[in-house]
Amino acid sequence: MTAAALKPQPPRKTEPAAPAEEVLYAARRAIYPQSVHGRLRTTKWVLLAITLGIYYFLPFVRWDRGPDAPNQAVLIDFPTRRFYFFFIEIWPQEFYYLAGLLILAALILFLMNAVAGRVWCGYLCPQTVWTDLFLAVERLIEGDRREHMLADAGPWTLEKVAHKTLKHSVWLLLAWWTGGAWVLYFADAPSLVWDLATFQAPTVAYASIAVLTFTTYTLAGHMREQVCTYMCPWPRIQAALTDEYALNVTYLYDRGEPRGSVKKAAVARAAGEKAGDCIDCNQCVNVCPTGVDIRHGMQLECIQCGLCIDACNNVMDKISRPRGLIAYESEKNLEARAAGLPPVRRIVRPRTVLYTALIALVGGIMIYSLADRSTEGLAAIHDRNPVFVRLSDGALRNAYTVRLINKKLEPRRFVLTLDGLPDARIAVVGTESGPEGDVLTVGPDQTLEARVLVTHAGKLDAGASIPVFFRIRDLTSGETAIAKDHFIGP
Amino acid sequence: MSTAHDSHDKGVDAATGTPTTGHEWDGIQELNNPLPRWWLWTFYATILWAIGYWVVYPAWPLVSSFTPGLSGWHSRSAVVEQLADLQKLRAVSSAKLANVPLDEIEKNPELLNLARAEGRVAFADNCAPCHGAGGGGAKGFPNLNDDDWLWGGTLEQISATITHGARSGDDEGHQGNMMAFGPILTKAEISDVADYVRSLSGTGPKDLPSVQKGAAVFAANCAACHGEDGKGNQELGSKNLTDGIWLYGGDKATIVQTITNGRGGVMPAWTSRLSPTTIKALTVYVHTLGGGQ
Repeated sequence: MTAAALKPQPPRKTEPAAPAEEVLYAARRAIYPQSVHGRLRTTKWVLLAITLGIYYFLPFVRWDRGPDAPNQAVLIDFPTRRFYFFFIEIWPQEFYYLAGLLILAALILFLMNAVAGRVWCGYLCPQTVWTDLFLAVERLIEGDRREHMLADAGPWTLEKVAHKTLKHSVWLLLAWWTGGAWVLYFADAPSLVWDLATFQAPTVAYASIAVLTFTTYTLAGHMREQVCTYMCPWPRIQAALTDEYALNVTYLYDRGEPRGSVKKAAVARAAGEKAGDCIDCNQCVNVCPTGVDIRHGMQLECIQCGLCIDACNNVMDKISRPRGLIAYESEKNLEARAAGLPPVRRIVRPRTVLYTALIALVGGIMIYSLADRSTEGLAAIHDRNPVFVRLSDGALRNAYTVRLINKKLEPRRFVLTLDGLPDARIAVVGTESGPEGDVLTVGPDQTLEARVLVTHAGKLDAGASIPVFFRIRDLTSGETAIAKDHFIGP
Repeated sequence: MSTAHDSHDKGVDAATGTPTTGHEWDGIQELNNPLPRWWLWTFYATILWAIGYWVVYPAWPLVSSFTPGLSGWHSRSAVVEQLADLQKLRAVSSAKLANVPLDEIEKNPELLNLARAEGRVAFADNCAPCHGAGGGGAKGFPNLNDDDWLWGGTLEQISATITHGARSGDDEGHQGNMMAFGPILTKAEISDVADYVRSLSGTGPKDLPSVQKGAAVFAANCAACHGEDGKGNQELGSKNLTDGIWLYGGDKATIVQTITNGRGGVMPAWTSRLSPTTIKALTVYVHTLGGGQ
């Protein structure tokens, strides 16, 4: 509230709103972002190349896991319910790793926001990246802002039709490739590519590609900034999470105002009056992919890609004024400058420290649990009907369903024992007890369910419930897993 | 626009120049921004989609039927198709189970798993109402987990019992009955023999005077079926009275009732209702509950 009160707020719309007439639905205002060169634009190109490169080519990266497992580095294998990520293999019950990743992602997003506002939106969000790519295609075919606007306003010529056809074809091709890359994460990529090409792939693959082709084409080609303005929840959440120290793409109005031409400014300065650096050239507006005027201050539509910074810096260079009229700046510094105080930079603040600590904590827990992840497991379920059985010789028997888990990619032999009930005999249905005890073989990367009968001949108190522990031990490596249950008496 | 809206003053937001709706909460005004036009198109598209859906899929109820839709799709036929697909998918494993002799199944872990999985489902569908979800039994319905079998606990015997039942009306089913001794024995004799039966398994005391008297009654009336030692006879389905496991209850009143009125619980014959493969799977499942012999 204080910052807003300090800051002069020029009206957002240059002409006063038409008073009485209420419009229910507004058509989209066409935006023709002009191309721009500069440090931030280059950064965006590099990030675009990296992120899209990862997305399109990662499925083809191979990772040798041995003969019994797929050799794709990143694979979401639904039929066998496994997720492979390089050296990591996740089982469905280990879904918490994904939950951890999502928590990390959210915290990193918060941290990014606390440090520099919507950097995610401006540089990394898929919507931004794909829109950037589609805009580049558009400029390549239909020309830059001016040329494109002229063509759109002009009559339909053969050239215009050819341009539009070509543009939409390339867009559709890119969208189709986007959908195609997506399905490759769910099956062996090279063989799926072959199956897709020879029309032998499953219907769901073609359907997924079709859906993603449609959404990519629509969202990156046609919806663009409207996704950010109308659909995305992050701008709303982000506004509630930000503070006055966060760096945002900001027009330094104190330096820029009053606006005027270079000549007028020179005259004013010569006369000792204040003259702003903004020459009202509108370059910042022309390059903006969401069509806002950054000089109106922070706005919901602004994705803070910083292209206006590049555009303005180029202009400042030309008129020999210092760069940074539009810059990554904090609300706090804006106030400080207005009050004539030195600028404050505080990256270390309670919220950034808290976010960093939380990221370190969650990341640490995940790394620890991953490093400590056991490759065997055991679960036991007591029979519920009947809870116990009286045998004809008077002995008591409890029956359990146990499940052995072998997460290694080789078959393993486990010996099953029971602790906690010294006189009890155990028997595994379907296996004979050998010299090594009750040995169960679990296939590579598999589980095995077994029915275990525990018989106790001694006397038990009425209503007894004795804790017992099933234990499996790998006969080769000696690794063990334990499952607790109870032996229940009459 | 309702009248409630109109009673507020609509204005123009000073900061943005946007008209307001006149709604205000704690000083926060609602701006009356127009909806994007594509939103309207999306809305029309959903209407078109709905109309298309009516044409393609079953949609409108008629007096005694419904509009079937051009595609001919129906949720019931879809289920039938999916079940057929499932049967096809299972055909290989079902064939394996059908072709392997009953006593070979448990020696093969893969087949054992298959049979137990199929048996568990068949048991839940067909047997659980009487025998309990896990075969724990109830009064009059045997516990299938213990090692006390009325008609025998080998694979062959279990299979025969499931196939033909007991007192089921099936000619090949088990026929034996516990007859009613009420008209034959006096009440005192029944009381004595009940004390004797209870003493056999240690359920009741052995040193009562009635136990001696009951032994004579037992030898004269009961031993023909239950054996002189009271261990029963699986050919006749006569119960082993010496093991402390009771079908109807081991307290004296229940035993007196059993002797006086007789018992004759029915196990239905499943041969006409279940396929031979399912009965095979059920047999293995029951056999591996724990009491199989």
